[in-house]
Amino acid sequence: MTKQVQQLDRVIIRFAGDSGDGMQLTGDRFTQETASFGNDLSTLPNFPAEIRAPAGTLPGVSSFQLHFADHDIMTPGDAPNVLVAMNPAALKANLGDLPRGADLIANTDEFTKRNLSKVGYETNPLEDDSLSEFRVHAVPLTSLTVKALEDFEISKKDAERAKNMFALGLLSWLYNRPTEGTLRFLESKFAKKPEILKSNVAAFQAGWNYGETTEAFSVSYEIKPAVLPPGTYRNITGNLALSYGLIAGSRLSGRPLFLGSYPITPASDILHELSRHKKFGVRTFQAEDEIAGVGAALGAAFGGSLGVTTTSGPGMALKAETIGLGVSVELPLIVVDVQRAGPSTGMPTKTEQADLLQAMFGRNGESPVPVIAPRSPSDCFDAAIEAVRIATKYRTPVVLLSDGYLANGSEPWRLPEVSELPDITVADAAEPNGEDGAFLPFKRDPETLARPWAVPGTAGLEHRIGGIEKSDVDGNISYSPSNHDRMVRLRQAKIDGIANDIEPLEVDDPHDDTKVLVLGWGGTYGSIGAAVRRIRRAGGKVAQAHLRHLNPFPANLGEVLGRYDKVLVPEINLGQLALLLRGRFLVDVIGYNRVRGLPFKAEELAGVIQDVIDSD
Amino acid sequence: MTEPVDGDRGFGGLKLVPRTDAKQTMKDFKSDQEVRWCPGCGDYAILAAFQSFLPELGVPRENIVIVSGIGCSSRFPYYLDTYGFHSIHGRAPAIATGLASSRPDLSVWVITGDGDGLSIGGNHLIHALRRNVNINILLFNNRIYGLTKGQYSPTSEQGMITKSTPMGSLDNPFNPISLALGAEATFVARTIDSDRKHLQSVLRAAADHEGASFIEIYQNCPIFNDDAFEPLKDASVRDDHILRLEHGEPIKFGADGGKGLKPTPYGTPEVVDVATAGEDGLLVHDAHVDDPAYAFALSRLDGPGFPHTPIGVFRSVERPTYDAQMSAQVDEARERQGEGELGALLASGDTWQVG
Repeated sequence: MTKQVQQLDRVIIRFAGDSGDGMQLTGDRFTQETASFGNDLSTLPNFPAEIRAPAGTLPGVSSFQLHFADHDIMTPGDAPNVLVAMNPAALKANLGDLPRGADLIANTDEFTKRNLSKVGYETNPLEDDSLSEFRVHAVPLTSLTVKALEDFEISKKDAERAKNMFALGLLSWLYNRPTEGTLRFLESKFAKKPEILKSNVAAFQAGWNYGETTEAFSVSYEIKPAVLPPGTYRNITGNLALSYGLIAGSRLSGRPLFLGSYPITPASDILHELSRHKKFGVRTFQAEDEIAGVGAALGAAFGGSLGVTTTSGPGMALKAETIGLGVSVELPLIVVDVQRAGPSTGMPTKTEQADLLQAMFGRNGESPVPVIAPRSPSDCFDAAIEAVRIATKYRTPVVLLSDGYLANGSEPWRLPEVSELPDITVADAAEPNGEDGAFLPFKRDPETLARPWAVPGTAGLEHRIGGIEKSDVDGNISYSPSNHDRMVRLRQAKIDGIANDIEPLEVDDPHDDTKVLVLGWGGTYGSIGAAVRRIRRAGGKVAQAHLRHLNPFPANLGEVLGRYDKVLVPEINLGQLALLLRGRFLVDVIGYNRVRGLPFKAEELAGVIQDVIDSD
Repeated sequence: MTEPVDGDRGFGGLKLVPRTDAKQTMKDFKSDQEVRWCPGCGDYAILAAFQSFLPELGVPRENIVIVSGIGCSSRFPYYLDTYGFHSIHGRAPAIATGLASSRPDLSVWVITGDGDGLSIGGNHLIHALRRNVNINILLFNNRIYGLTKGQYSPTSEQGMITKSTPMGSLDNPFNPISLALGAEATFVARTIDSDRKHLQSVLRAAADHEGASFIEIYQNCPIFNDDAFEPLKDASVRDDHILRLEHGEPIKFGADGGKGLKPTPYGTPEVVDVATAGEDGLLVHDAHVDDPAYAFALSRLDGPGFPHTPIGVFRSVERPTYDAQMSAQVDEARERQGEGELGALLASGDTWQVG
């Protein structure tokens, strides 16, 4: 039977099921197939903090959304065109996001009376007419999988567990995805369990064949590869890109990487990843707590290593005193904060941008640190290298503010040529810098104001550092009032001066006499960019700029702000960048703030931008 | 004492640290900073003992690092002309762990106190000990908070009247030796500030130990807890209180060596008259016993009033060090997979070509 193939320019699919249903794996595999096919894509995993919430309940629902297209896209998409619901809970939790006319593929086997009542359905929505505005494909995924695997010597439970591969096979057929990558993946994953391997492959193929042969699906879809700049691509998540960026930063700066870290969601993957790359000379230390993690990193930095610590908001709070010590002793230190919803434990697996002020000010005393935020998953690579460059050149802790959305979301990444990456080598102090062979540990480079990085083992440079105020130049303990005032100002001036060593803020503004600027930072780049495109497609004028450097700000920021009548600042917090901009530039920026643990939707932001354009 | 691994030099903990043949003296290790402890503070004696001990190591000054936390004792690094890091309260073991694990060519010494190391930094202390990082931890125990002017510490005896405990402290104190042994530290010793010879013998043994060494130093605070260790210092009675532990020697004490320890089947050894029990029945100290229960039992002899206070090396056993194993994993990864190549790393996983 030959089926009709329909062309689409983009699709948003959401896989949703129980935490134990393997939805993240299914989504990830579909993403890899889509990436290798050459579509542009963006993903949004969304899962509970509980490892296995009670089966079939709303808190246990885990989902993975993938947006892919034949053109370049910026977000994982606002609303899914296709929802795969593995049980009633997954349907109920996600139905509200489903637009009219969307496709709904539901696993009817799980729509039992018991499962329906668990989530408060009195009747089966697949059988009443409550879903009439959607195209419902009722598929008994579990029983079809079990039937396809009846000849295998595996338990019924193992057979049922392969239903996610059946679903993946069906969706792969529906969107004409290449399958070699998934087959290779299964072969490697189940290399030691041949029976499980065979059954998963069989389930995957059965799903594909089901789409092709049954009448449940009359059409399959084709989304042509996107036209992207030439190069070698891979799909990459923010946490992976950040890990690679740190390794690259270590290589480019000529400093061995030492990571001191304590497990915390959503940053732990960086610890896992770096621990796998010892052949790059990477040393990873899983500390007894967050404080020891950053302490060990600072100790390693004293010894000349690239000291890194990785954490999320609650861990940042615990590290504050040590970061302050780093500011005082002026040693390089990379502090990665993968932000999550707070305060306190908050929502560990959900994203937020509410640690900006903590990064800026969350320490005692005048304690300035550079703050850098990546804008997309793949940009975490470049942002990490930039953090290493600034930390080592200026001998300062640098906070790298990623977030849960960037960390777990993914997109295609054009691999950089290693030879084109910047040389950020910084030399150790080698010889005394004072008269009569004296070493002055706080004698600064007149240009950068950085003090010498004199590492133990260097003869003639023996010196003592500490958190007590130091005398300018010689670094001895000093309680002198005027010296303290000078040192506070010197430390501030050193950080402020970095503004002259970073790229000016670029503004994307194709029109003349644009009145409104949308200014964002960090992980909202994609949503803002997609919203701006919508406005422009509809004939509106709006400028977009996105801050990578939150401290210091780019030198031209004040001038950029002055160019526009109105500045809109969307943030996933209650206005933290807005507060900084108002305080620094006396500009009455307009905030748009939502803290739902999710990225902004492009449509939502487009509406907000339009309102600002329309208002007087 | 442990057998010297590097027979040429004799310090097992310094195997990877460069050595110098240049003649060093105590003066080489004195910094130009004025020492600012209170007159009569036990820290002076410890500093002098340490400065005059360092030349013995034969390590260039630049390969010695002193890391401290916060408190009176933590000012120590400022007075030594080596590399030094006066850090923050309680965190010195963590900072030293990062330094020692990334720089095996350094001799790293942690200076801490009973408040710094056992209260705010207790967690880091026990974890550094269990990991067996190649660092030497000197805990100056004066049983009081000095720098904050006289509050009780985690080693103050119960009932102690201090500024924060006008009706007496309610806390049951830590026995630092028991604590370190509970964390399965591989080297645990105790000494006294005023006994330079003994102090230096313990420092020597610690430097000889490969891995984390923990030394409790009873240290007098003349301002807030004067004479806290008087029974161990008063020449007329101290021999009745102090048990000098010497590996391979029977444990005897008392003015004429008339008292000794006899093993019991369970728990703490029994104090006996040597004349009655006989030399053969005495407990012979073995610092290399793998089971920490033996050293723990010895540590329980001490208590308020110092009935029987063992000093010397309680335990010195061999276990692979954290830093050496960390280096070995890096070496093994490079040996098995080759040196890391950045371009290959970035292109690992599924890639595709455009254009």
